[in-house]
Amino acid sequence: MTTNATPKIAAPVRRRGIEAARARQAVLLLLPTLIAIALVAGYPLYRTIFFSMFEANLTNPDQRTFLGFGNFWFTTSDGIALGFLQDPKWWGAVKNTMLFTVVSVFLETVFGMIIAMVVNSAFKGRAFLRTAMLVPWAIPTVVSAQMWAYMYNDSFGLIGRGLLGGQALLANTDSAIWALIAVDVWKTTSFMALLILAGLQSLPTDMYEAADMDGATKWTQFWRMTLPLLRPALLVALVFRSLDALRVFDIMSVMLGNVNAASTSMTGYARQALIDNQLLGMGSAVSIAVFVIIMVIVVIYVTAFRVKFD
Amino acid sequence: MVLKRTNPTLYYLQRTGFYLLVIVITLYLLVPFFWAVLTSFRKSGDLFLPPAQFIGAASTFGNYIDVFANPNFQKGLLFSLIVAVGSVVISLIFGSFAAYALGRFKFRFKSGVLYVILAVSVFPQIAVLGGLYTLISNLNLYNSPLGLILSYLIFTIPFTVWVLTSFVRDIPGELEEAALVDGASPLQTLFQVLFPVMMPALVTTGLLAFINAWNEYLFALTFTSTNRTVPVVIANYSGATQFDQPWGQIMAASIVVTVPLIILVLVFQRNIVSGLTAGAVKG
Repeated sequence: MTTNATPKIAAPVRRRGIEAARARQAVLLLLPTLIAIALVAGYPLYRTIFFSMFEANLTNPDQRTFLGFGNFWFTTSDGIALGFLQDPKWWGAVKNTMLFTVVSVFLETVFGMIIAMVVNSAFKGRAFLRTAMLVPWAIPTVVSAQMWAYMYNDSFGLIGRGLLGGQALLANTDSAIWALIAVDVWKTTSFMALLILAGLQSLPTDMYEAADMDGATKWTQFWRMTLPLLRPALLVALVFRSLDALRVFDIMSVMLGNVNAASTSMTGYARQALIDNQLLGMGSAVSIAVFVIIMVIVVIYVTAFRVKFD
Repeated sequence: MVLKRTNPTLYYLQRTGFYLLVIVITLYLLVPFFWAVLTSFRKSGDLFLPPAQFIGAASTFGNYIDVFANPNFQKGLLFSLIVAVGSVVISLIFGSFAAYALGRFKFRFKSGVLYVILAVSVFPQIAVLGGLYTLISNLNLYNSPLGLILSYLIFTIPFTVWVLTSFVRDIPGELEEAALVDGASPLQTLFQVLFPVMMPALVTTGLLAFINAWNEYLFALTFTSTNRTVPVVIANYSGATQFDQPWGQIMAASIVVTVPLIILVLVFQRNIVSGLTAGAVKG
């Protein structure tokens, strides 16, 4: 009895030892990543939150005065509004970014779905189209912005002069935002199509054969079978694309210049305060507002659609 | 196929409609790029021509010669390459360690770590811009490629960790168990057993991270003044006078930085699609 008992007790102890060692090894393996993330994400985020409460200059951050939430909302005794939340230009940037996000993500999803369905069906030239699909996606955003800025140009452009007969689309903020949406839709529809196509190809084909047998039209099949089954893939793609669109800056900066980017993109507004005007405190406060807006939207998405990432 | 026998008119009508759709999609996807390529081969004087004559106008390599002779562009290519390769190599090394730990080891706070990494990958860059700026200037890295490499880790590391973790999870456990039984240390297991299996995943992830770093604009614009990367050079490409945009040269420069990417993407087509779906679609 006694001789038998010893290994029975020893075995779990040794296993716990191995597990503890494995856990230690895992922490060591994770360490470089965690340190890097703390350095380039954690610490700068903390600094941004910290400076959002101060009035400070970018070139000399050590000289600062505490303002509390004064960067967000402050009215002097003379009735002058200094907080950025009181600045109509900020709300213009928010409105334009929201419009940009909603319209471009919606169009990308619809176009992406159409392209993915076409590529997923059998026809001659399918391989070519699938390759062509990758081209806009592979083009850097700055390059596609310049390409389209050239096409929109009122004296040379294929669209600006050819289609519209010499209208300067980008000169007017109201029409410019639609021109920018068109650029984003062109550039990222392929990404959507790629993700949707991957989803489509994982759907079982026998299900469609059964539906054909039962006499369901293609239209019914799409709404009743394809779309519900694609939902998880579609939602994750939607979240990622929305996040990207909400933080958009390069398209605005390249096509409208940094000054006008500040009235069309939230990031542009924050960057103008922070870098061009050197207002570290104010710029940080705006950055935090952008961050909060985006995080709230993520939380709404994730809870409303119960998106699972893993 | 049934329709072809029962109602040939409708069948051929549908087929025609379908191919029209295919043509429209192809034109939509390719015409802007084609137009840029065409412009890069035209003399600046010909840019005023109406489209039909513009297509037929004489070709020239002048824009490419000018672009490659431009010192800003030369430097831009070099810095872009240094920055993108640097941040990708660091991310792949750190990322494969982390992915091995997250995909194969059991420990407390594992899902916590995964959530932090996911949260960082959806961070808007602007939220850290001010903090990073002060950090980079404190480290004396302003206008240095090292500063950009450091700042790019904020999006390359979470991305590589996330994608590689999903690849590591799919590797059969027997391989690693055999190595463990033979007494290999975790690092030996990672380098000698898992790396060879992970090679396609590393190439794909590295390539996607490279594309992201190569294309980055906001940090490059903010943290450098003269040592620009190519996106910033192209965004600010100016001609002899302020009002004269040298479109031919801008398009030539754009094609030069885009064509390598397009070739890479076409060569690694299949891997890229699987990499993207591993990173994004885990419904």
